[in-house]
Amino acid sequence: MEKRELLDLYQTMQTIRKFEFQTSKSFAEEIVQGFVHLYIGEEAIATGVCANLNRDDYITSTHRGHGHIIAKGADLKRMMAELCGRETGYCKGKGGSMHIADTDLGILGANGIVGGGFNLACGAGFSSKMLKTNQVCVCFFGDGATGTGASHEAMNIAKVWKLPVIFVNENNLYADSCRITDGLASESTADRALAYHMPHYSIDGNDVLTVYETAKEAIERARNGEGPSFIECKTYRWRGHFEVEPETYRPPEELKLWKSKEKDPIARFEKYLLENHGVSEEEVKQIKASIDKEVKAAVEFALNSPLPDKSSACTDVYTDIVEEGRA
Amino acid sequence: MRNVFFSEAIRDAIRNEMLNDPRVFCIGEDIGRVGGSFGVTAGLYKEFGEERVRDTPISEQAIVGLSAGAALTGMIPVAEIMYNDFMLCAADQIINQAAKFRYMYGGGMKVPMVVRMAVGGGLQCAAQHSQSLEAFLVHIPGLKVVYPSTPADALGLMISSIRDENPVMFFEHQLLYQVSDNVPDGFEPIPLGIADVKKEGSDITIVATGLCVKKSLDAAELLAKEGINAEVVDPRTLYPLDKETIYRSLAKTRKVVIVTEEVKRGAWSAEMASNIAEDMFESLDKKIVRVGALNTPVPFTVSLEEYVLPQVNNIVDAVKSVF
Repeated sequence: MEKRELLDLYQTMQTIRKFEFQTSKSFAEEIVQGFVHLYIGEEAIATGVCANLNRDDYITSTHRGHGHIIAKGADLKRMMAELCGRETGYCKGKGGSMHIADTDLGILGANGIVGGGFNLACGAGFSSKMLKTNQVCVCFFGDGATGTGASHEAMNIAKVWKLPVIFVNENNLYADSCRITDGLASESTADRALAYHMPHYSIDGNDVLTVYETAKEAIERARNGEGPSFIECKTYRWRGHFEVEPETYRPPEELKLWKSKEKDPIARFEKYLLENHGVSEEEVKQIKASIDKEVKAAVEFALNSPLPDKSSACTDVYTDIVEEGRA
Repeated sequence: MRNVFFSEAIRDAIRNEMLNDPRVFCIGEDIGRVGGSFGVTAGLYKEFGEERVRDTPISEQAIVGLSAGAALTGMIPVAEIMYNDFMLCAADQIINQAAKFRYMYGGGMKVPMVVRMAVGGGLQCAAQHSQSLEAFLVHIPGLKVVYPSTPADALGLMISSIRDENPVMFFEHQLLYQVSDNVPDGFEPIPLGIADVKKEGSDITIVATGLCVKKSLDAAELLAKEGINAEVVDPRTLYPLDKETIYRSLAKTRKVVIVTEEVKRGAWSAEMASNIAEDMFESLDKKIVRVGALNTPVPFTVSLEEYVLPQVNNIVDAVKSVF
């Protein structure tokens, strides 16, 4: 990889993290409302996978979706505006954090139902196959989603029909509060793929280059008409399942370990770039500063945007019917 | 004019749309090689091939969820769920996914898909293959719900449903598949949201859906012998609902009986009744009467099933109760 491409990966990871810390802050300030599930700690996965995708390739995302959406190229301003419920947001204030989508970028939406993206992703892969467009679809999901029936119906049909879908599991060890060892009958989520004779990987999800290379292989397989793959990316979320969750189920020393320089995906990659690719402290500083500026501008954009007109609550239910409002 | 079975009318509509639009495809259990459990898709597999007429594993979530994803990305699925009872296995895909996409993602998406399903009892299939669950889906903003009662309506409404840009739930009564009737030549769509007066009358309005339209027409014949001239109105689509046609009839007859095959508790007929009570109370001379199934699961043996489901004599009695 060229230095420029490596720095792009770094920039994406930092953008996700800084956006998420800002979201956390804005949530505490009650500017951002509702539920927010932050992606901090898992940045290498969305970044490494999406770096292999074309603009028109599809992704399905999850309740913890900000990272995927940023990595697929979404506009931070429209994202933050949506989190703040503004008219200029991605969903015009009708969706919020769990439902950001942008079909122009192939983002088929964050999804509030765990496992909700699986069959959708198969549908997108099916369209690509039928319309011969050579697009692929990446389905992101957490370890908890592997417990849903929907995931198994989807993986089975994806394999039988050789759909160009890549199942990317972000195994952060906890399904809400349920520890993986209490919720998974197998050693690894990748074992699920064994049942469907699907090529599968179990990798360090906090190493962006490993994620990148593994996803590259799986995506090429899908694009070549060889069907789906499954990638288990082992990772950890730094925040609770959702913001302000009274976190009682994780040992503090476990969190400390995953936040250490040796485990943190961004600190690790930064060190690697400084030591191996002639990247200077100054370059890193500049990247961080430019992201800070971008995130700040996103918040300003959101706060300067109007709330949606009440009448808009009755539109977009159907393409051709406006529902009745209050008298 | 030509005379076709209800099942053929649906097939002809699907075939016509498949011929005209390469994005249209069929998906479901046993719909390909064997042509569907009720024979609706017979012949399509041979004509269009396995790519466009897709036999699936027994995976209702995959059938509907994949269809929804395909609809978002350029295809037009016509999915078959064998019985509406099995639709419950795919409830998340229908209700939380397909119905919500356009709204929760801010209006940028279209979900042009049809989910067809057999509905109702009468074939001694018992509690898990005989329900009438249409109210369940009428309750969900984002879905359109169609329930034809004749081959001609099935043909025209299926064409409109496939061309619609929203998820359309298409109910087909099990006992109607083998009913034949004239349909017009050609493939003229019938717009969703337009009721049809199946029989004109002046003394009472019977609003009925699906197989109950036929039963209500039979009841109207018996009532005529007793000097009661009933008007039978079939809404044809439960949402969007053509209140105007129904209310026009009511304004004329000033009496109404609503007849559906659902259990009466929480039924679409209750929704219809409350609409009438809210909007047309002053126009009514008598209380609103509903005829439906008893509040039980559908039993197996024929005598019990007939007793539980609404029959012609129940409709006659209901009408006479307001004279």
